[in-house]
Amino acid sequence: MDDLLSWGGIIARMLQQFWPVWAALIVTFALSITFKRKLGLYGKLFDSPVGMIGFGIVMFWIFTAVFADLIITFDPIAQLSSLKNKVPGTPLPDVEGQWYLLGSDHLGRDVFSRVVMGARRVLMIAPAATAFAFMVGVTLGLPAGYFGGQFDTVLSFLANLVLAFPVILLFYLLVTPEIKETGAAFTIPWTGTVWRSSIPNVMAAVLFVFPLIFFCTLFQSRYFTLPARRNLYIGITLAIGLWAYSGLAFNADPTGLWGMDPNLLNVFVSVVFVNSPTVFRIVRGLVMDLKSRDYVAASQTRGEGPWYIMLWEILPNARGPLIVDFCLRIGYTTILLGTLGFFGLGVSPESPDWGSTIDDGRKLLPAGILHPAVAPALALMTLVLGLNLLADGLREESLKD
Amino acid sequence: MLMFVARRLGVMLLTALALTFIVFYLTNLPPNLEKLARSEGSVRMTDEAVATWIEQNGHGGSVIGRYSQWLGVLPGWTFTDDKGVTRGRCIRDGSDPALAAKYCGILQGNWGQSTVFKEPVAGVLAEKLAATGWLMFWVMVVMVPTSLIIGILSGMREGSRTDRSLSTFAIITTATPEYVSGVILVALFASATAGLSPLLASWGWIEGRTLFLGTSTSALDDITFWNFALPVLTIALYGIGYIARMTRASMTEVMTQQYIRTARLKGVSFGNVVVKHALQNALIAPFTVIMLQFPWLLNGVVVTEALFNYKGFGWTLVQAAGNNDIQMLLGCSVVAVVIVLVTQLISDIGYVYLNPRIRIS
Amino acid sequence: MTATTADWDPSKPILEISNLSISFFTRLREIPAVMDFSCTVMAGEAMGLVGESGCGKSTVALAVMRDLGKNGRIVGGSIRFKGRDLTTMDEEQLRHIRGSEIAMIYQEPMASLNPAMKIGAQLAEVPMIHQGMSQGEAWKLARQIVADVRLPDPDRIINAYPHQLSGGQQQRIVIAMALMSKPALLILDEPTTALDVTVEAGIVDLVKELGEKYGTSMLFISHNLGLVMDVCDRLCVMYSGEAVETGAVVEVFDKMRHPYTQALFRSIPLPGADKNARPLISIPGNFPLPHERPKGCNFGPRCDYFEDGRCNAGDVPMSRVPDGDRHESRCVKWSEVDWTAPPKKRQVKEKAPIGPVILKMEDLKKYYSISTGAFGGGENKVVKANETLSFEAREGETLAIVGESGCGKSTFAKVLMGLETATSGQIMLFDENVQSTPIQKRNTDTVSSVQMVFQNPFDTLNPSMTVGRQIIRALEIFKFGATDEERNNRMLELLDLVKLPRAFAERMPRQLSGGQKQRVGIARAFAGGAKVVVADEPVSALDVSVQAAVTDLLMEIQRKNRTTLLFISHDLSIVRYLSDRVMVMYLGHVVEMGTTDQVFQPPYHPYTEALLSAVPIADIHVQRKRIVLEGDIPSAMNPPPGCPFQTRCRWKSQVPDGLCDREVPPVQELEGGHQLKCHLSREVLRTMEPVIKIAAE
Repeated sequence: MDDLLSWGGIIARMLQQFWPVWAALIVTFALSITFKRKLGLYGKLFDSPVGMIGFGIVMFWIFTAVFADLIITFDPIAQLSSLKNKVPGTPLPDVEGQWYLLGSDHLGRDVFSRVVMGARRVLMIAPAATAFAFMVGVTLGLPAGYFGGQFDTVLSFLANLVLAFPVILLFYLLVTPEIKETGAAFTIPWTGTVWRSSIPNVMAAVLFVFPLIFFCTLFQSRYFTLPARRNLYIGITLAIGLWAYSGLAFNADPTGLWGMDPNLLNVFVSVVFVNSPTVFRIVRGLVMDLKSRDYVAASQTRGEGPWYIMLWEILPNARGPLIVDFCLRIGYTTILLGTLGFFGLGVSPESPDWGSTIDDGRKLLPAGILHPAVAPALALMTLVLGLNLLADGLREESLKD
Repeated sequence: MLMFVARRLGVMLLTALALTFIVFYLTNLPPNLEKLARSEGSVRMTDEAVATWIEQNGHGGSVIGRYSQWLGVLPGWTFTDDKGVTRGRCIRDGSDPALAAKYCGILQGNWGQSTVFKEPVAGVLAEKLAATGWLMFWVMVVMVPTSLIIGILSGMREGSRTDRSLSTFAIITTATPEYVSGVILVALFASATAGLSPLLASWGWIEGRTLFLGTSTSALDDITFWNFALPVLTIALYGIGYIARMTRASMTEVMTQQYIRTARLKGVSFGNVVVKHALQNALIAPFTVIMLQFPWLLNGVVVTEALFNYKGFGWTLVQAAGNNDIQMLLGCSVVAVVIVLVTQLISDIGYVYLNPRIRIS
Repeated sequence: MTATTADWDPSKPILEISNLSISFFTRLREIPAVMDFSCTVMAGEAMGLVGESGCGKSTVALAVMRDLGKNGRIVGGSIRFKGRDLTTMDEEQLRHIRGSEIAMIYQEPMASLNPAMKIGAQLAEVPMIHQGMSQGEAWKLARQIVADVRLPDPDRIINAYPHQLSGGQQQRIVIAMALMSKPALLILDEPTTALDVTVEAGIVDLVKELGEKYGTSMLFISHNLGLVMDVCDRLCVMYSGEAVETGAVVEVFDKMRHPYTQALFRSIPLPGADKNARPLISIPGNFPLPHERPKGCNFGPRCDYFEDGRCNAGDVPMSRVPDGDRHESRCVKWSEVDWTAPPKKRQVKEKAPIGPVILKMEDLKKYYSISTGAFGGGENKVVKANETLSFEAREGETLAIVGESGCGKSTFAKVLMGLETATSGQIMLFDENVQSTPIQKRNTDTVSSVQMVFQNPFDTLNPSMTVGRQIIRALEIFKFGATDEERNNRMLELLDLVKLPRAFAERMPRQLSGGQKQRVGIARAFAGGAKVVVADEPVSALDVSVQAAVTDLLMEIQRKNRTTLLFISHDLSIVRYLSDRVMVMYLGHVVEMGTTDQVFQPPYHPYTEALLSAVPIADIHVQRKRIVLEGDIPSAMNPPPGCPFQTRCRWKSQVPDGLCDREVPPVQELEGGHQLKCHLSREVLRTMEPVIKIAAE
């Protein structure tokens, strides 16, 4: 049996454990800095120290999520009842050369491996949920800002309604197990699965359709003058889109490739739902500002349709603030997901996600056992910090244009 | 101005109705009612018995009808069982049904009975709100001046060393949600095994085992620095970063305005440029942000009260939500919605007041 | 402080800048903004700094104020104010001079005033800081100075906030603020650029008068040669960070000794210029970017007199032109060039024939209803943006539409383009009534045949699409060509048409200069073979040297395609130069319409008369009658009753019975189809004298 590791030893072993991440980071930075003048805004990020640090932290966690299987030292949900609440650096009694690098939690699970695996879970949900929120916010915010009038009044009222809801209350109401049992049940003929018209399912069906609408309108407005090309693009969009949509929203993908666990779907939909009104407001504001530009008037005078103007003339020029907000919003979504986990909402108790790990760990705080809560807390904090720094760097560099 | 306030009030009322209806709908979903029936009646009730219980206790009928009763614009339900005993929304146990009021919703001041606390919702809420009020008060006292000063100091000389260090602090705090900062603060200051406390204790500088208390339950009776500083700081930190960043952005923008150059070039000293010329213009945006921060603070309150076991409004909300306490949850949502809407109104009015361009038009 | 001021000998220069060099430092490199700049301003003298944007004139002004920001630094030379070197002063010493001895007036009056402070407080601050005056006294002084700058109702104004005043009034307040402590030197940085011409005239008069009254020296910065000639005693022409010629205004104009000055004067439309007989001569090439300046003379690559091996050999010093009053030129060849020789490249063009009527508007009206009140409440108001507009435009003709802000010219353009529909009236386009057809319902032919060129070059192109892509998109939407290749070829032809290199197709708009962007805008407008082109101030945001080239390009394409050009502008010089007929608008009404000769010669509409008089002309041989209008242009939301111009009209007393207050005047038809919307009788109109007289050369 090995000795208890010192902090120096722990850090050394952790650094060693992360080797795929270091390798990937070095390659990424070397390539990006070499070609930074050819890479547009992304390349300019490497002119700003703040942006580089942020990007480095974010990429660290992304690579951690990608290579999680290589990094972990134990199965993140395996429990060793003999090793509960052990301090960092505790060696395994019967195996040579294995330690609980960051100690174990109240069920004897390895905290280090759980934190690493938690990164994968967070980085799978947060960017995807943010992307969906952007699809919804952009698709509704563009016409609201461009046309104004009654349409805008109604949508803005609805957006304010959602924003006036205390997020935590909304989550408690939306992300409950009971809510999944409401609504009528339908059997999907080709898979034989049952789909219920419960609130999260209906919301998923509505929210997930926005990317489809967005991309179809995008191609239609641009290529309607060239029907052959339009049909190709829209065809591809619909083929992939409807396939994914059937799987994600109705769990009716015949191939079974697309699908989401009902708990996860519930969390995902709620997060998209609370994020999209803010995106809507940002997009609406940007459109109201940009629509008075002469190039918009120029496209109006050559008879362009409103959607072409919104999607191809206005949206690309709003990309700066939107990219910045996208980064910030991933951070915010990460915090929200953490909050959900912290209250044990909608996640399985086994789940290694950071929020629930913190929640598990905090119960040990009064007993003086800190590491199960502090480790995921620091992980979450650094990821969000990285995203914030990245957003700051992007903002700084995009303003320099 | 009057017209403006009236319109805003109208929209607020509509928002409040819509929000409370959504909460009512979501809390009164059939599975929730079945759960309620089983917890109030017996766990082993048959499905038919559950249905009857729901029907006989005023949870049947249309959602809109029940919502109107809860609101107090429709007469409360009554039910006479086969023994001839009449029960109803407005009839207290044992009192004469004939004397009971017809309407008894929240408009009449009847907030219902909490199933968790076994007390009227209104009373419990008032008590818990008072506790949370103290928390919020100290949060505001800490958060607002700190964040404004940080924002102004870093925004008045963009790119200076002060700016860089304060901005770094602000960006770190915005990356630290309450459940993270709470854990870290407890680990640093309120743990007998780690952080500062063991050191201080070994030097004999503190009497107890920890510097601060890790729970704030005792603050309900007596607020002291040692039992209240950590929860206050936990909530305030996140807000400080956010408001400071807003203030900084607003301040840096104002400082590049032409009229600041005008003031500088007419010989106004730098201090006076900041205080007399920049400040009022720079504070317009943060004021709105501070006010709109309230719904967010509510989040922080819920997390922090859970973390520090402080039995206030947030703690109550968690209890109610976790235990299917429908009336309590509705009460909480009414309070939350009212707080949010009132702060929005104040923010709007304040914005107009601070901004002479809109005030005098 | 006061001691040194007393030491100063009034016969010495107030301001003496010698060999000043200023650089801006970015992370990548040092960018020299001003090099080896010298000038002196004597007591009571008004010195003009002229040049195109980016030439460093404003940087000089800010250097005098020592307010170059974080990145700017004075890297050489000295600035002596009353004998004391400003470049070595510390912040505290500077603070005593700023506002009290040197004051500054800025381009954007609205932005220069603190929106959250009352006017009085902003004014009173100056003597309170510098003279330690009590608040009460300072406010009293503020009130008096507000009256001095001839603002009505000073008591109300000092208690008002800036947004409650109009642009002209705000600029008067900024002037008042500068005069609060009677400075010895006043720096004016494009003080009237943001204002309408008739308002500008009033401000210019006020500045001149106050300068004389207080004996203040002035450093007047402008891109407008005419304005500088009006205001200043001496001028200094700058090009790409250097002074190229300096001297007394009359001397520089009569005996210019630098090729750039000469080229500049030849590129601006002066009375007598004509698009066919005496076309303008544009300066070839582009303004060099600060880090791409050529070796030797900065103007070398664009100069007609360039001589390889001499002009690009090394730095060119300023050299004294003999028998002038401190007249200097930065040219190695100034003594060899024959300055009186006529320009070589001037090509005389045939006058293009005018064809049949293409566009006809009859009794066009456009009313907007808007809700007032900041909070969406309040009652609805009707804004009469266009009031009974009738005119015709013919093939190959240039019709100029002249007016200041709020006159309804932009609304008119929108209605014509179909972006808005008219309230009533008829628009006949090629015998088709398009009045109530919004653009979505117009067929492609109609849409492609009416196109528009926009004002702001930085706004007219989509910043995130390549130049080629934007033109191709126009071709796609106009259903031109069957294949991508055809459209691509056509796009390259269009670039040829507007004289841009074909390689520009791949460029992003931000890589183009203002003039180049405007050319792309023109190419895009002509993509579908437009027959009617509305040019909304197409050159007003461009530098003078580029203006001529873009104007010429428009004329040339018009001649080739026989396009009808509706040229919207507030600049009467350019209108006179290129238009066949002119329509003058004021507050939504057409007040005068006729051929260019008819409009520019009496009888005038009183508004046209004032407008003509207000436009500064960079020609000392031209005599102008000064007619300065009182007050500002009324708001279109709240127009005066009766004749729209009655509030500012100097002829109003000639109309009996207060008719002007009550009735909108009818349109009078004079000889040759010249139309006037005025109550003045023909007898009175006949007594009008010409505003502009060209003295015999």
